[in-house]
Amino acid sequence: MSVLNTSRGNTSRGAARGASRGTARTSGPQRNFSAWANRHRKWLFAAPAMIFVGVLIIFPLAWTLYLSLTDSQGSVRAATEFIGLQNYATVLADVDRFWPAVGRTLTFTGLALVCEVVLGMGIALLLWRPFRGEKWVRVAILLPLVATPVAVGMMWRLIFDPNIGFANQLLGMIGIPAQPWLSGQDTALGTTIFMDIWQWTPMVVLILLAGLTSLSEEPDEAARMDGANAFQRFFFITLPLMMPTVIVAILLRGIDALKTFDILYATKGKGGGSFHEVETLNVYAYGLSFDYNQYGLSSAVLILFFMIIIGTMWLLTMRKKAVS
Amino acid sequence: MKRRSIAKYAAVAAALSLGLTACGGGSGSGDAKAAGTVRVTLANHVWTEGIKAAIPEFEKESGLKVELTQLGEDQLSDQYNVKLNAGSDEIDVMMYRPLQEGKAFAKNGYLADLTSKVSGDANWDWKDYQEGPVKASTVDGKVVGVPIITEREVLYYRKDLLQAAGVEVPKTMDELQAAAQKISAANPDTAGFVARTGKSAAVTQFSSFLYSFGGDFIGADGKSAIGSDAAKKAYSFYGGLIKNYGPKNVSTDMSWPEAMAIFTQGKAAFYTEADSLYKNATDPAKSKVADKVGFAALPAGPAGSKPYNIPSWGLAVNKASGNQDNAWKFIQWATSKDRTLQAQKAGVPGPRASVWADPAGTSTYPKDLAEAIAASAKNGVGHDRPEVVTVGKAREIVGAPIVATITGSDASAAADSANDAFQKFLDSEKK
Repeated sequence: MSVLNTSRGNTSRGAARGASRGTARTSGPQRNFSAWANRHRKWLFAAPAMIFVGVLIIFPLAWTLYLSLTDSQGSVRAATEFIGLQNYATVLADVDRFWPAVGRTLTFTGLALVCEVVLGMGIALLLWRPFRGEKWVRVAILLPLVATPVAVGMMWRLIFDPNIGFANQLLGMIGIPAQPWLSGQDTALGTTIFMDIWQWTPMVVLILLAGLTSLSEEPDEAARMDGANAFQRFFFITLPLMMPTVIVAILLRGIDALKTFDILYATKGKGGGSFHEVETLNVYAYGLSFDYNQYGLSSAVLILFFMIIIGTMWLLTMRKKAVS
Repeated sequence: MKRRSIAKYAAVAAALSLGLTACGGGSGSGDAKAAGTVRVTLANHVWTEGIKAAIPEFEKESGLKVELTQLGEDQLSDQYNVKLNAGSDEIDVMMYRPLQEGKAFAKNGYLADLTSKVSGDANWDWKDYQEGPVKASTVDGKVVGVPIITEREVLYYRKDLLQAAGVEVPKTMDELQAAAQKISAANPDTAGFVARTGKSAAVTQFSSFLYSFGGDFIGADGKSAIGSDAAKKAYSFYGGLIKNYGPKNVSTDMSWPEAMAIFTQGKAAFYTEADSLYKNATDPAKSKVADKVGFAALPAGPAGSKPYNIPSWGLAVNKASGNQDNAWKFIQWATSKDRTLQAQKAGVPGPRASVWADPAGTSTYPKDLAEAIAASAKNGVGHDRPEVVTVGKAREIVGAPIVATITGSDASAAADSANDAFQKFLDSEKK
């Protein structure tokens, strides 16, 4: 603790000198440690965070990268051979599972994101001005957000069951024929996108609402005085001012949507259904690891996926800088 | 050693979790042996419920403490993939699926060799175990597990619907088809036949049809046999039944919970499924048709009635566990004749011949089900999925023609292309 006290407000060299004066009567090794700790305190304080990042982010990534260059399968403890980029070649040439999965990942993310941001903006605008019963509406809107995605998946799976599900019974009541929802090859992805929108639009609402309430009201009032209608005020005043917040929302939600797993797994299981109709990259990599035990191949898919996420993040961050 | 195993654990978790669900961290393993603790991991199953209730008895008798982890089937698999892969010693006794994971686990060295243990206790009596289950729990001549639950495919049917339509309980596949047709035509809201439709999930139930039509997944020569004429006929028959007489909006993702729900909601006349799930259909709390359900042996195809007769679950000991003697004590107790009888009375068909021979063993079963089980045990086949290492992948390949047929594609063409893919898969496993 003495290290902390003596070091405050000094430069590192001064602190070292002060420490050695202040601890003149202490034993040799302790003095040496104090002096050393003072000299390296910026590293010392950052060490826990660095160890955390190292163990939980850098090491796993490096290990995955290593596995992706080997023919690891069955057990990761089994002898493996270094096979260079062969896994990547296999994956990139795989037009049956990998490329469709890339397509689905991007479709899922793109469609979900657009709907969530548009809907989220609409709801945030509605909630912007105070009204009666506002609290209740806010709670109701936030409810889907607090549910576990797996539970959400199970719930919708029951609702969308083609034979005994509530959705088709409801349609039947108003005379519309039963729909395949999750069970249809063409409709399954759309249905899971709907589920994602249902669950995550509230998060976008929260972010956008925070942005809206921090906006200055003056430009809006000035426009109102000049006779601009609500439509014009939104598109020419509010939206441009909100752009940085919108991009933050897109960034946060986009990364999350890209790596969606639980909803898909809970509704369609391993392989994303019998025709892989909702198999995104995450579901594909999961199947490769846990069902096929092909760790090398799975790691290659994950590294490629990681690159897609980094690339998307980079694009969005650049865009945010440009807007700000 | 300890440090290395942590590193391995972290490595596996890392490799498998990038962008995926995070893997749970392990609590320190502690010295379980000294503390007299057995760490047991079990799947959610009727059998587990019975054992759970009886564990205090074991703790009292043995002086050991049982730490129980209970998980869903898929989560259980994933846990093993992570923990056993990392060489974790945190599991002593594990409930596993001999036909699904047995070969892979044994090959990877996850399972302790129990050969001397099972034959060491005449009182416990390993010889009492049925042949099929024993075979499935033995890999390369070594016993690696003790079967606890056995299954055969039987025909579930609705007595009332059959009576109303004036049809007999079908004894052959042709009669089954004709009855399904007749009943579905007479009852527009009721399916004539329902069964699993998910590509991977349906494979085990389709297998009995495959055998009854004279086929198998892998031929005697070790080559893929799913392109054979018999297999094509079986694919066409199973898929055709569901396509033509199945539920109206049939999904291609049904495993047993979905198919069972349709049957127990009273929306299907015939249903082929594992006998170990019969309680779902006869329990009034779960089934709207509890008092109207009948059971029969699987109808005979051109090659006779050949349902699978397999151990669906077994208990094994983790090879990395330092607590193997206590683990064995637990298994010995959980699989004793008395416990097996108790479990069987609670509705879990067991693997012990003596329990089946004991009238008390079948006293709680519907009479027709007990008869169907007895018949199936005689002519049953010892596997219900391809016997390979990577079963998950194999199931997806051989299951593809089932789904293709249900959705109206040509069974023969689908079987041919699956046959090529399966042969490639088999070749890759040999490497």
